[in-house]
Amino acid sequence: MKVLIIGATSAIAKACARIYAELGCSLHLIARRGDQLELLASDLLVRGASKVSHSVLDLNKFAAHEKTLDAAFTELRGVDIALICHGSLPDQEKVEQNFKQAHKEINTNGISVISLLTELAPKFIEQQQGTIAVITSVAGDRGRQPNFVYGAAKSLVSTYLQGLRGKLLTHNVNIVDIRPGLVDSPMTAQFPKGPLWSSPERIAQKIVKSIRRGSHTVYAPSYWRVIMFVVSAIPEFVFKRLTF
Amino acid sequence: MKAMGWGRYPKTTAELIQPADSQALQKFISAQKKSASCIGRGSGRSYGDSALAERLVSSRFLDNFLELDQQQNVLRCGAGVKLGDILKICIPRGLFLPVLPGTKAVTVGGAIAADVHGKNHHLDGSFCAHVKKISLVLASGELVSCSEQENPELFRATCSGMGLTGIISDATLSLDSIPSSYINQRRLIANNLAECFEHIEDNADSKYSVAWLDCLATNKNLGRSVVYLGEHAASKNRKTDTIYRERSGLSIPFSTPSFLLNKTTMSAFNASYFGAQKRKKSRTTLGCDNYFFPLDSISNWNRLYGPKGFLQYQFVIPSESALDGITTVLEKISEKGKGSFLTVLKKFGEANENLLSFPESGYTLTLDFKNEPALFPLLEELDRIVLAHGGRLYLAKDARMSEEVFKASYPNWEKFMSIKNKVDPDNRFASLQSKRLGLT
Repeated sequence: MKVLIIGATSAIAKACARIYAELGCSLHLIARRGDQLELLASDLLVRGASKVSHSVLDLNKFAAHEKTLDAAFTELRGVDIALICHGSLPDQEKVEQNFKQAHKEINTNGISVISLLTELAPKFIEQQQGTIAVITSVAGDRGRQPNFVYGAAKSLVSTYLQGLRGKLLTHNVNIVDIRPGLVDSPMTAQFPKGPLWSSPERIAQKIVKSIRRGSHTVYAPSYWRVIMFVVSAIPEFVFKRLTF
Repeated sequence: MKAMGWGRYPKTTAELIQPADSQALQKFISAQKKSASCIGRGSGRSYGDSALAERLVSSRFLDNFLELDQQQNVLRCGAGVKLGDILKICIPRGLFLPVLPGTKAVTVGGAIAADVHGKNHHLDGSFCAHVKKISLVLASGELVSCSEQENPELFRATCSGMGLTGIISDATLSLDSIPSSYINQRRLIANNLAECFEHIEDNADSKYSVAWLDCLATNKNLGRSVVYLGEHAASKNRKTDTIYRERSGLSIPFSTPSFLLNKTTMSAFNASYFGAQKRKKSRTTLGCDNYFFPLDSISNWNRLYGPKGFLQYQFVIPSESALDGITTVLEKISEKGKGSFLTVLKKFGEANENLLSFPESGYTLTLDFKNEPALFPLLEELDRIVLAHGGRLYLAKDARMSEEVFKASYPNWEKFMSIKNKVDPDNRFASLQSKRLGLT
């Protein structure tokens, strides 16, 4: 299998890449930090990947997306699975008061993904097969006070994916929207952890399984589907008073 | 967060720092205030307080494989890589770790810091005998490499140094070739301790050897045991013989009430286990997980000892006084009406030059005790017996040894201190254990 991973040095992406490496896949990795990419590439080769290549890219430079993805498709000679994992968790207070920062965060978590999907879709249509999987978040299900800028960017992507899934249906291309709950990773290092937190490895197992099965919207771990169902069902006149 | 070792005693609250890579680790250490101290932590598999401090620096994200040289059988990997992960990549290539402790959950960094041993210590030495090089982050934040050739003093202090010289960022290990991942096991029954020693001595050339002991048997049955010998099985089918089948089994989801483990249940368990082993076939072939890590199949088995946890007591006594010393220890335990659920006896080979390394030529006995107030005076009595026979306790298991006992039994502690003072004069690296033992 040929796997393209964007935002490859994030904790969840790394864990997914390791599973694919152990299965003997060829991988192409895209991320911002070259030194980290090289470290991951050698790790994946030891773990059993048949080939690992990488390109360095700041995903907020939209103009470079096309060229980098072209290179990835050439390198792998087609892609069976494209996994988009990058993101950042902003400080809500700060981005609420500063549009410049809010704009940057929405670009990172939302617009950059739309740009990538715009490039990826025709490539997958041409192949007439494959899976595009994107990591969004349970935060996109409803705008909550502590992180609605992040949530808004993620829900932008989720809504886009729903439409794209229909468009690509007849081309034998599946779209998976992965919505992790609380993940214990470097991105969330500053939060105290409780029983609802899960490891990146556990999320990765779920991602690989749902890509294999051709799932659509995936909550990881599954109990987040129940939690978010309840959160979504709270009437607005109550919800607007909640600060969680 | 709440922090504890595998024995779940003692418990403290600590700040957990998880550097994303070795640069982040260096940055954190060099930015540390002069008065602050921390200790490295891997999987938290040491039993007592050796990986406890106000601030714990986790190797969780230092878990990359860096290079595997299949010509030289050498692997370089981050300190946070677990031994089980190494087996997963090695076994399909016909390679194996030369030393494996009783659990594959330990990290490379932890295995080096405690200089862990396995069932083949009498032939192959401890874990650090197969470590070629270490990259170490010092108190200054500087990254230095050490080996037998390069900074040899620092290398000898870091191997077995319980994390007190710095934080290991990566290590280079040599690997062994194996014909298959299976182990041919031979089981010998011993009706008392002397017989057990005889079996072990008679089979000193056996690759792996370890004995399970019924520590509650008394009088003429004292030390009745089952000796397990193991050899790597020859390959029958290259393709299937090097498939690594990981075992997963039971999980203990919460602490079970500790009254379930009492003298009656333990003695019933020990007696029935001994009886069952006696009846079984003496030769079997096992997968390597089953042979090396039987306890890993019950995740969180440490919760079986109840919310207060347990103490593991492991000591070594030099060969000439071992039979006498271990007999005295077992008699003392049964006299006090205490018992250990699992008791393991093993013969060690020669000691190495690592300054705080535990193994020395002799016999080591490992006992588990439920944590209760009456236990501590008993363990102090056992300390005296061990010391009188020229032995010592294993730091990776210890949660309560006194400074006097430690200094009397580890002859190289002063040499260790002089190196520690050179590389870490302000004691930036300190654990609850190192403070208790007067090392920091």
